Amino acid sequence: MPYLVHSPEDRAAMLAALGVSSMDDLLIDIPRSLRLSALELPAGLSELETMAQVKSLAARNRVFADRLTFRGGGVYRRFIPAAVAAVTSKPEFYSAYTPYQPEASQGTLQAIYEFQTLIAELTGLDVANASMYDGATAVAEAAMMAHIHTGRNEIVVVGYLHPEYLEVLRAFSEGRGIKVRRGTEPNSKTAAVVFQQPDFLGLLVDAAGLTENAHSLGALAIACVDPISLAIVAPPGEYGADIAAGEGQQLGLSPSYGGPHVGFIACRKDLVRRLPGRLIGSAHDSAGRRGFVLTLTAREQHIRRERASSNICTNHSLCALAASVYMTYMGADGMRQVAEVSFKRAHALAERLAALPGWEMAFPERQFLNEFPIRVPKASAVLRKLARKSILGGLDVHRWFRELKGVLTFACTEVNDARALDELVEALA
Amino acid sequence: MADRRYTKSHEWLTVEGKNVTVGITDFAQAQLGDVVFLELPAPGRKLSAGETFGVVESVKAASDLYSPIGGRITAVNEKLKEHPELINSDPYGDGWILKLELTGELPGDLLDEAAYKKVAEA
Amino acid sequence: MTELLSFEKSRQNAHGPRLPEADVESPGPDDVLPRELLRAQPPGLPRLSEPEIMRHYSRLASMNYSISEQFYPLGSCTMKYNPVANEAAAALPGFTDLHPYQDEETVQGALSLMWRLEQALCAVVGVDRVTLQPAAGAHGEWTALRMIQAFHRSRGEARTEVLVPDSAHGTNPASAALSGFRVVEVRSGPDGRISLADLESKLSPRVAALMLTNPNTLGLFEREILDVAEIVHATGAMLYYDGANLNAFMGICRPGDMGFDAVHMNLHKTFTTPHGGGGPGAGPVGVKADLVPFLPTPTVERMNGQLKLDFKRPKSIGRVRSFYGNFGMLVRAYTYIVAMGGDGLTQASLDAVLGANYLRHEVEGLLEMPHEGPCMHEFVASARNLAPRGIKALDVAKGLLERDFYAPTIYFPLVVPEAIMVEPTETESKATLDAFAAAIKEIVTQADESPETLHEAPHGLPVGRLDEVATARHINAYLQGQSEDPILRWKKAP
Repeated sequence: MPYLVHSPEDRAAMLAALGVSSMDDLLIDIPRSLRLSALELPAGLSELETMAQVKSLAARNRVFADRLTFRGGGVYRRFIPAAVAAVTSKPEFYSAYTPYQPEASQGTLQAIYEFQTLIAELTGLDVANASMYDGATAVAEAAMMAHIHTGRNEIVVVGYLHPEYLEVLRAFSEGRGIKVRRGTEPNSKTAAVVFQQPDFLGLLVDAAGLTENAHSLGALAIACVDPISLAIVAPPGEYGADIAAGEGQQLGLSPSYGGPHVGFIACRKDLVRRLPGRLIGSAHDSAGRRGFVLTLTAREQHIRRERASSNICTNHSLCALAASVYMTYMGADGMRQVAEVSFKRAHALAERLAALPGWEMAFPERQFLNEFPIRVPKASAVLRKLARKSILGGLDVHRWFRELKGVLTFACTEVNDARALDELVEALA
Repeated sequence: MADRRYTKSHEWLTVEGKNVTVGITDFAQAQLGDVVFLELPAPGRKLSAGETFGVVESVKAASDLYSPIGGRITAVNEKLKEHPELINSDPYGDGWILKLELTGELPGDLLDEAAYKKVAEA
Repeated sequence: MTELLSFEKSRQNAHGPRLPEADVESPGPDDVLPRELLRAQPPGLPRLSEPEIMRHYSRLASMNYSISEQFYPLGSCTMKYNPVANEAAAALPGFTDLHPYQDEETVQGALSLMWRLEQALCAVVGVDRVTLQPAAGAHGEWTALRMIQAFHRSRGEARTEVLVPDSAHGTNPASAALSGFRVVEVRSGPDGRISLADLESKLSPRVAALMLTNPNTLGLFEREILDVAEIVHATGAMLYYDGANLNAFMGICRPGDMGFDAVHMNLHKTFTTPHGGGGPGAGPVGVKADLVPFLPTPTVERMNGQLKLDFKRPKSIGRVRSFYGNFGMLVRAYTYIVAMGGDGLTQASLDAVLGANYLRHEVEGLLEMPHEGPCMHEFVASARNLAPRGIKALDVAKGLLERDFYAPTIYFPLVVPEAIMVEPTETESKATLDAFAAAIKEIVTQADESPETLHEAPHGLPVGRLDEVATARHINAYLQGQSEDPILRWKKAP
């Protein structure tokens, strides 16, 4: 049997050492009526057969080429440096446990400390945590922080927040008796104003104005941000938002049918004690050597139990490591370069698509970065036509927003080369 | 120094007229270990007997603080902000936490030293 | 050995990566966007060349213990071997390159994998349906409690309390409280098992559920589980299974048969997906028929020979994370289950129980055993017998680190003083278990002969014991405005 280590002789020797004759003697506490005769599962397979079966499932999926993928909606194809997988596939990282024993976990701890610093730098805020499950839960946890900090019970969502993030925010809020409103103005009972920059459709919002308005009502401003965009647009720290949260998939992680990716959350100094999840701090040993430790753990569930402000017990360490390698590899200049290339290509594409008969920009007065909404005649026919040319076309957002009938959002990144844009436009001609 | 009284939740208090000083006991600080942070209320707040008014944190534990009496907070030990370790080094002196002005009577269930010792040893 | 931070190694003129140009005639952001939307200061990311970066991370990797190199006897954490075939499977481009918003007909392989994994997990734990969406165990707990809450509400019952044993993992009460429940603690009896009398005294029509793990956190099977289920169900409450200890009895018995209504599983424990230094994990939740309508959206359904994602579930508690869960982790767990099969999973649990009992036997007499055996997949010892020599569980743990073993779980469960919780798992050989017992023996001897040297352990690791108290105090000073050094991140010296 694969992965098991005991030979029949080992098993016999251990039973003998215990002075029992069979495994049944060790399972005496289990009531007879509960004992199974066998699991209703097929018998195990060799690695050869196992991989053949798994590969046949993978082969039943249609993979669109990077360069011909124009679909975003929160998950994007981007260039991933080979360095990322080379680091995350090291068993010293992927097969390590949570770093509870600092002396034996300095690699993981330092890598996360670097991640915290990278995210704090990117968002322009004071402190970031060790990472969250994904963008959706990061935003929901940010809203819970605001609820606890302000003692208020209402969260106002402005504009086109990712619809799945909104659903998760609602699920988190419901159990705690918090109301989530969208499409209404914040008021003096509002704990936080949540907005996405750029929003789910790719459009830029007046983040500074929304933040100022929230603050004037005593509410916190929560900015859900795209990490690549922060290489060119103002980060939350520059316009005074209190908490930044977002999805880090674009920082070196493959789409992988939606996960695992990595959420991030950063905040101002005075909110740090409300931050959910793990935090790493620097420390010293008695010889004066610097090391890193999990810290402020008395906020967390394993100590606070029912009084903890979040139940999160883990982070997405390995994905955060991937993001750290990515950001370190790219640097500020590299991230700016891919953000600019994406911007230029998206704008070139928008211009060409809007010139097609019957196509028009859905919000022509609004600015965007590398993803934009465009109204098309017969959205599903357009997407089918593109798929026949092996192109994964834009995302039909009508599924979530009734007012956006016929609107597709197209995303461009550095992987969609100039020739790919030609192919897309030609396929539609 | 007035007589020290105790609660089952490991606070101590001294009473001088209407003025009551509150802290946590030597036993409590030893159980918690090195204190790193206290979350404390602002002066002026009114507390009822048994109400939680704050949290004391060590690296490995966190514990709620309960007011042993009903009263209004007249002072909070500001030194603890910078020096939480005073809770460990001098729990009955410089490590005091609150001063309150008593409203009404002292609760009847306060313990003397001998009775508290039994609670701590249980 | 220590390693400078990437930020400290950063050089102004280091070679960054070579990246493509736009190759289109189009204005850039600086030409188009109003200045107030643009970033004023570039982010302070490090600048390093690729060779320097690769060495940096290789050196960091070498400072970690990992299951690939060391034995992790971590109780309740199930650190078993992470099969490399799982990693190969998850890296197939047919999985990694799938966009979550592709049309269903183009992802039939992915949906089929999710469907089959769901069926397999149903078979292992004995439930009707499973959601694969939760990203971690605690996330799964909370998801299950939300479903239980929705179930009671759908029947017009406002049940506001959740019962949690005193020996439970901290996520249990936290998850219950964050679902809006009041947490009521149930005491363990002297044998470490839940006290039926105490349970009965706390049950009422206000109780929504009892959260329980079995075997409990002491590694003991709850012998009276059928009685527990009966009295809980008699009051209309549900029984929730914390799957932390599922590795004890795959193929031997099933939580569903014991009467549990909702069951969470940790794919990163029982089903060998790697821990990753603290995630990503996956925490699927299985439920009996009564709770099926409340499952998070979407579920995978079979219709006319095709698999579909079902978003139209009117009673659903909604969505608990984006997309469909940590799909890459689902691929790994599925690969493991296919390779092991029903026979292999059963043998894995039998070996886990055998290994734990054997190791328990080998260290009995060296450390205190507060509870009678046999145990299931783990046992809890106590270092209380070393207390007269001033040695604590922490010192034993550090002594083990020095001997190239990861440390067991210590000070948990809270009901055992100086607890040392050991879970060897089925992938550790008898030779490793013997070596571990020998190391404990050495430490106990050292505690007798020169206890002071144990306080200094571990030696020979990248750092010695770190002053966590000073760190926490410094951070609080920073947060209260009394210091400029954030401690929680690197900052350029002024």
